[in-house]
This record gives sequence, structure tokens and C-alpha cells, in this order.
Amino acid sequence: MEKRVTFRSAWLPYALLAPQLAITVVFFFWPAFQAVWFSFQLQDAFGLSTQFVWFDNFIALFGERNYWASFRTTAIFSFSVAALSISIALLLAVMADRVVRGALVYKTILIWPYAVAAAVAAVLWSFMFAPSIGIITYVLKGLGVDWNWVLKGDQAMLLVVIASAWKQIPHNFLFFLAGLQSIPKSLIEAAAIDGAGPARRFWSIVVPLLSPVTFFLLVVDIVYAFFETFGVIDATTQGGPAQATQILVYKVYYDGMKAADIGGSSAQSVILMIIVIGLTAIQFRYIERKVHY
Amino acid sequence: MAGVAIRDVHKSFGPVKVIQGISMDIADGEFVVMVGPSGCGKSTLLRMVAGLESITSGEIAIGERVVNELEPKDRDIAMVFQNYALYPHMSVYQNMAYGLRIQGRPKAEIEKRVQRAAEILELDKLLKRRPRELSGGQRQRVAMGRAIVREPKVFLFDEPLSNLDAKLRVQMRSELQALHQRLKTTTLYVTHDQVEAMTLAHRMMVMNAGRAEQIGAPLEVYQKPATTFVAAFIGSPPMNLIPGRIAQGGKVLAHDGEISVRLPEPRPALEGRDVLLGVRPEHFETCAQSEALLSPDIDFLELLGSDSLVYGHLGADKQGMRVAARLHISILAKEGRLPLRFSAEHVHLFDPESTRRIED
Ligand SMILES: Nc1ncnc2c1ncn2[C@@H]1O[C@H](COP(=O)(O)OP(=O)(O)OP(=O)(O)O)[C@@H](O)[C@H]1O
Ligand SMILES: [Mg+2]
Repeated sequence: MEKRVTFRSAWLPYALLAPQLAITVVFFFWPAFQAVWFSFQLQDAFGLSTQFVWFDNFIALFGERNYWASFRTTAIFSFSVAALSISIALLLAVMADRVVRGALVYKTILIWPYAVAAAVAAVLWSFMFAPSIGIITYVLKGLGVDWNWVLKGDQAMLLVVIASAWKQIPHNFLFFLAGLQSIPKSLIEAAAIDGAGPARRFWSIVVPLLSPVTFFLLVVDIVYAFFETFGVIDATTQGGPAQATQILVYKVYYDGMKAADIGGSSAQSVILMIIVIGLTAIQFRYIERKVHY
Repeated sequence: MAGVAIRDVHKSFGPVKVIQGISMDIADGEFVVMVGPSGCGKSTLLRMVAGLESITSGEIAIGERVVNELEPKDRDIAMVFQNYALYPHMSVYQNMAYGLRIQGRPKAEIEKRVQRAAEILELDKLLKRRPRELSGGQRQRVAMGRAIVREPKVFLFDEPLSNLDAKLRVQMRSELQALHQRLKTTTLYVTHDQVEAMTLAHRMMVMNAGRAEQIGAPLEVYQKPATTFVAAFIGSPPMNLIPGRIAQGGKVLAHDGEISVRLPEPRPALEGRDVLLGVRPEHFETCAQSEALLSPDIDFLELLGSDSLVYGHLGADKQGMRVAARLHISILAKEGRLPLRFSAEHVHLFDPESTRRIED
């Protein structure tokens, strides 16, 4: 039976799509186009004159040591966020998969962080980790750790990694839980009869069978860490101290808005756009051939 | 190798009693088939032997050792699942070698044992493939191979052939038989297919609602069903069970005296007792009207070529007592009354209250 909706009039489908298309054009295509346009221009400090400079902005960018440092920061940051949120989510999903009673409550609680706005989450974490008054700072001091992320770059990095990973755990958790539940129980039982203990079953059966999900989440989490963690960074470290947490997205914002270097900032966002297109392409390609074992 | 002892085993899932007291002693090397309708607890019983389900009460022993508290891996058993449960990310070779690798066997030995099992099951050309690149029958063989390389004390099979088409099922059935003759490993085999049960079993357990209705050799179960349930479950179409009474001189009057048959021997002890008269469809034969013991009205026919199944009813009421007959003639009238007779040798008597067989 044909379940598809068919339209009589030719224009109705477009009319129905129009609002969505308009939003996409106004908030996505137009700014993207503008960014590309600006990235080829040089403005003076007061925005009075504009000059078309071809690839000068890009060349300048790649010559800048700060930019490469930001690349490194971003790589460390996003891999840490992905690794941390994937491993914790997997651990929680394995535990949730075993729970029979009260499973729904458990799952609901685990999904809450996803509903918390990034900035709110960040503020929450920065309260707990606040240099002098934070509760975790207090505990850490008791353990002999001198905690002060406002001054120490690696601690600031740790803070934004934790806050960002925390936000992403529910998302990963849901995917892992669905993945775990799609593994037939008889596979695990067969392995148990073959003599594998729980740890061995996990590493030799569960992990390989989850690898498609894990790979998918790795890409999604990296994209998340690249682009959606702006709120977390802005609400806590603002890229500091000494640019220790200045990831690429934050640098675009900082250079464009604070340092008013529109051309340079636009060039950076064009590069970011290329990166996200690349990551999305990898993901799509991969989703097309879902099963790879 | 070892036998298996099941001693008064019970299993409850919460308030639901799934296995309600089953006992059976299985000898070393015996092939035992558990058969019964869907949901009667066959898989549950097998999984308790495997250690995949806890035992609510009672005892299961493999060899001399009570295994109630042992993990599956310490029971020295191998199991073949209905869906085969092959590891999808491993090759056929890796699937079969998995258990041996966990045991920490030397590589050369693993290779030798897998190779030999593969030869027995004709899998030698498929060792590098993944399960998804195999046909249903080949997967089934791999599942079997995974069980036999470990050389366990006991094989457990849970409906291993039910996902195969009819032809392959017959072929695998005889291969299973040959395999058992060769390895002589104690085997517990679950199925709801009575043909599998009849052909494979040394002894079979007919299960119903968590109880063992009868345990015995296939022919014994067929010839002397212990209860009306077994009588109806084993045999196709099921045995006809017609309510009646034992009259004087060893006569059985059934269906309000319409059917009257003299038992081979007089049974004075039973006189006056209500019974269910059991006759298997294949024990009817057509005859002249004057010799007929019953003349059912034909409802419909199934012509199978080799023989014909006739379904009819007794008396005038269409909703009345149903009767099925398997006859060795292929051309029959499509309606009307069909005169039938049967030999008193083939009569089974059951108590209508307890449903148990009245011993002859
Ligand atoms: N984990 C469980 N929790 C609750 N009830 C269960 C569980 N497993 C099985 N049961 C119930 O126990 C009964 C027996 O199940 P079992 O799987 O042993 O049946 P079976 O004889 O193997 O049937 P089939 O031929 O359909 O495989 C069923 O009524 C089933 O609903
Ligand atoms: Mg079953």
C-alpha cells in the first residue's frame, strides 16, 4: 500500500517547506556566505575602509603561532571530551543494562544533564571547582592538591573537559544502551558457556559488537567538542588562562568580537566550516555501510 | 563423558511456576529428547542444566557432581542455540576456537581440533568466512562445530533445526544421528517437533505445563501413551479420544453405545467404569457397512498422495464428536458416511478424571 502523501498542487510542498528553508538561508547560508566573503577582505581597525585581499588572511593565519596552538588545544580538548564521555557513558550503560528493577528511573536521571543548557552546566561546574569557595576545591585541598584553574592552564583545561564531557554523557549513554540491548542475549550466554568470564565477555564480545556505535559517537562527540562547547568555555575560562583553553571556535569569537579582526576571524570560521564538512562526510559515508563486522 | 541426573527440579519466575517437579536419570552416552508444546518449559529446563537459569529447588548433577551452584563454564557442557548465537564479528574458525582459546590450549592443538571438527561437519572450506556470509544450514553446522571442538561431557541442543527449511531439517537430523553415533556424548535435545523426537531419541520426555507427562523410548511412548495429553501430542493427526463406558463381558460402549467393541481380554475389574476410548487415526480401516464399528459423517479430506486424512464427526450434530482417520486409499467420496473399523488390539483406555492410561 502506498503510504506516501502526495500533493495535488505543485506549490504547496514548497510553501510548507518555506519557513524551514527561510530559517536555513537566513541563519545558515547567509552567514556562511558572509564569512567566506569577509575572509577575503581586510578592514581597518575602525571599520571605515575595506580592501579585497584574496588569501592574505589565510596566509597570515597559518603563519600565526597562536593559531597552531589553538589547533593543538582543540585537538587535545576534543579528544579528551570524546574519550571521557564515551568511556563514562559506556560504563553507565553497561550498568543500566543489568538493572532490571527501577531501570526507568535510573535511565531518566541519567538523561537529565542533556536538558541542561551548556552555560548553566558550566556555571554549575565552575561553582563546584571555584578556586577559593568551591566544594570540590575544598575537598581537593584536603587531599593536598592546590586547585586554582584561574591561574593554572592544565587545571582550566581539565575543568572545561569535565564540564563538556558531562553534558555529552546522556547522549552517548542512550546510544550505548540501545546498542547493548540490540546484542542478542544468547551471544553472551554462548560466550559464558564457552568459558568466558564477565570481563572477557565484555572485551571480546560486547566491545567489538559496539564498535560501530562507538565510532559514530566518536565523530559526533568530536563535532560537539569542536563547535558546541562555546557556551561552556565562555561561561568559565573564556579561553584563559593564557589561552590554555582557547579552542578554535572560541578564537573565532574572540578575534572577531573582542579583537575586531573581522577578516582573520572569518578566515578561521571558513576553515572550521571545512572541518565540519569533512567530519560530516566521514560520518555519512560510514552510516551508509552500517554493519562493518 | 558423564550422565546427567535431574532430581525433583522446580523453577519459578516470581510467582509463576514454570517447572513443577521433574526428575530423570540420563545415562552416559544417551540421547534424550525433551518434547512438548510451546511454553511448557523445555528451554527453561535445558537452561537450568546449562547454568543459564538458577534452580529454584531440586538438584541437577552432571556425572557425580551436583552443579546447582556452578557457573556454566565450570559444568563442562556445550550448547547449541535456536538462533545459533554465532559471534558475528569472528570468522568461522575464530567462532570454533573461542572456547579452546579461553581454556588456554596451545595454538597447534586448537588448530588441529578445529580442523578436525570442520572436516566432520564439512566446514573446511568456510573457515575464513564470517557468519553473515553463510547459509542457514552452514551456520547451524558452525554452531554444532563450536560445541564439538570443546569435547564436553554433555551436549545441550535447544531446537537447533527449527530455523531450517523442511528438506535441510531432514538432512541435518540424520547428520545429528551420525554425529552422535560417532562421538557418543550424552545429549539433551529440546524440540517441539514430534518427528525429531521420535527419530533422534533413545528416550524422550514429553512435557506439559512444567511437568513430565511421560518418559520412555519413542516406540513405548507411541504404543503406550501414559496420559491423554501424550496420546494427543505424539502422533499426527492426534489420537481420537471418545468418551464411553466398560460394559459387561469386556465390551466398551462409546459415544452413547453407538460404538461397541470387545476388548481382547475381559476386564471384570473395570466393569461399569467411565473411560476414554483411544484409537489412533492410522488404525482405522474402511470396511463394509455391516462390519463397521463407526460411520462418521465426512467433513473434509486431505489427500497426501501416499495416504489420505479424513476428518468427520459422529452422530447427527455437526458440532459433535470429531474423528480423524488416516487411510491408505487415495480416492474417496467427498461426503456422506464412511464405514470404519479398527482392531481391538489397537484400543487405548484412559481414565477421564485423571487422564491417565488404564493399564492393560
Ligand atoms: N525470564 C523469564 N521470566 C518470566 N517468565 C519466563 C522467563 N523465561 C520463560 N518464562 C516463562 O516460562 C514458560 C516456559 O518457557 P520456556 O522458554 O521454557 O518454554 P519452551 O517450552 O521452551 O517454549 P518454546 O517451544 O516456545 O521455546 C513460559 O510460559 C514463559 O513465558
Ligand atoms: Mg524454547
